Amino acid sequence: MTVGKRLWVIILIKLFIMFAILKLFFFPDFLETKFNTDKERSNYVIEQLTR
Amino acid sequence: MIENIDLSLVNWSRGQFALTAMYHWLFVPLTLGLSFILAFMETMYVRTGDEKWKKITRFWMTLFGINFAIGVATGIILEFEFGTNWSNYSWFVGDIFGAPLAIEGIMAFFLESTFVAVMFFGWEKVSKKFHLVSTWLVAIGANLSALWILVANAWMQYPAGMHFNPDTARNEMINFWDVLFSPVAVNKFLHTISSGFILASLFVIGISAWFILKKRELLFARRSIIVGAVFGLVASLFTILTGDGSARAMAARQPMKFAALEGLYDGMSGAPLVAVGFVGNQSDTVNNYQKDLKMKIEVPNLLSFMAFLNPNAFVPGINDMIKGNSEHNIMSAQEKIERGRVARSTLKAYKDAKDAGDSVKYNELKAKFDNPAFLENYFKYFGYGFINNPESLIPSVPISFYSFHLMVILGFYFVLICMLALRYALTNSLEQHKRFLRLAIFTIPLPFLAGQAGWIVAEMGRQPWVVQDYLPTFAAVSHIDTSAVQITFWLFAAVFTALLIAELSIMIKQVKTGPK
Repeated sequence: MTVGKRLWVIILIKLFIMFAILKLFFFPDFLETKFNTDKERSNYVIEQLTR
Repeated sequence: MIENIDLSLVNWSRGQFALTAMYHWLFVPLTLGLSFILAFMETMYVRTGDEKWKKITRFWMTLFGINFAIGVATGIILEFEFGTNWSNYSWFVGDIFGAPLAIEGIMAFFLESTFVAVMFFGWEKVSKKFHLVSTWLVAIGANLSALWILVANAWMQYPAGMHFNPDTARNEMINFWDVLFSPVAVNKFLHTISSGFILASLFVIGISAWFILKKRELLFARRSIIVGAVFGLVASLFTILTGDGSARAMAARQPMKFAALEGLYDGMSGAPLVAVGFVGNQSDTVNNYQKDLKMKIEVPNLLSFMAFLNPNAFVPGINDMIKGNSEHNIMSAQEKIERGRVARSTLKAYKDAKDAGDSVKYNELKAKFDNPAFLENYFKYFGYGFINNPESLIPSVPISFYSFHLMVILGFYFVLICMLALRYALTNSLEQHKRFLRLAIFTIPLPFLAGQAGWIVAEMGRQPWVVQDYLPTFAAVSHIDTSAVQITFWLFAAVFTALLIAELSIMIKQVKTGPK
């Protein structure tokens, strides 16, 4: 396999692991998934910062 | 809840971020520096028409391509972590980070990625001049990408150009230029990219030295060393200059970090700079932070001069900032904590008034968040309101001290290596200096180490803050399971280690193959 082909394979595997596995299954956006509106997110963070 | 937060969650989240950032920073500086070296070499090819310069350019371009392909997008993982592990922080800084990161994505990343395709695949397909322009634009684009993320990091070290919105709990940018051109941002950007230039130069010098030791490709190696040594020497001297600027900006805006990296416990006028030293015993009593350095070698008055351009200026020490020093108008940590608590309780009262529909109190408190006196005297210390123990405001002195001194010592060593490389190359005597050639090969990993040490100084030295004075690190994390962070920590460790092994093995094979 040429260097170029090998690098393309590494790039594709890396991007697959990053976006199709890590982002999808391990890295949900905490505030996005827990609340529906920005107002709810603001209230939650203010509560966190003032308790 | 924040007072009762699980410290293991904070530590694992910090560890994971450090792991990914440190691996990411193995790939990035080589891209930043090597892209300019390619541009210089290709410029020589286009100006002289000498095909040997083309061969030289294409060899280093292959190594650049390996590093670029394996390193590209590793930084995106840091953005995953912001959203998942650091949600309080992400929300708090969101509007400030949004602008620089969007500009990075739109301008710099597209500039870099568009022209990188022409650079790799455009040989013989586009004109020489267009190809050369593409190579230069890749270099400029790569470094502009670094600019925006470093501006965002600089804002965390020195928050400027923003206003806190108590309704949303977010900082909003009110002056883009204050964010972009803050003294911390300017020095950080220049210091960081120039350290990448040194790293790439020593990479080129070291690999070229290997070719000379093997008695292969001698003209290629000598020319590469000349380009690497000139660029490396200029970059090394520039890095010392920007490091000096960074130190001055730090002394003015992050005095605790500045004192920690010099191990300065009691402030003094005409403070000496510790050239070499060992940190003493860290065990301590509650009210006495006095420790000392062992076996130190000092340069008289240099620290005062470095910090304030005055050899007799007073440099505050750790004790001055914890206990306060009325003679030099330094507020005690306890006073800052009290003021921070007032700021936090005002924010809570504001939210309560809003929730209760008490418009009189709401408007009265809202006015406070627009009042310069309240912002200057209380909100400026908002983060201190989270702190229970003043001692927790002291970063790790041994880590800061050793990382800083390692970086500085290596920085001066790199000047020497570049000077010797240039001298031997210009006198055509490289082959006679086999010890130097071996030393040059041994030096290849050292600028990577210096770069990591520099980031440790920057990030560990500013603890306990994630946003200086406004948000401590432990208040910035999301309330998720520690086990989730542990799992992804080890996943990242495995993926990044595999990528690093792949990079090293492919690169070593390509170096052994040599230029074609």
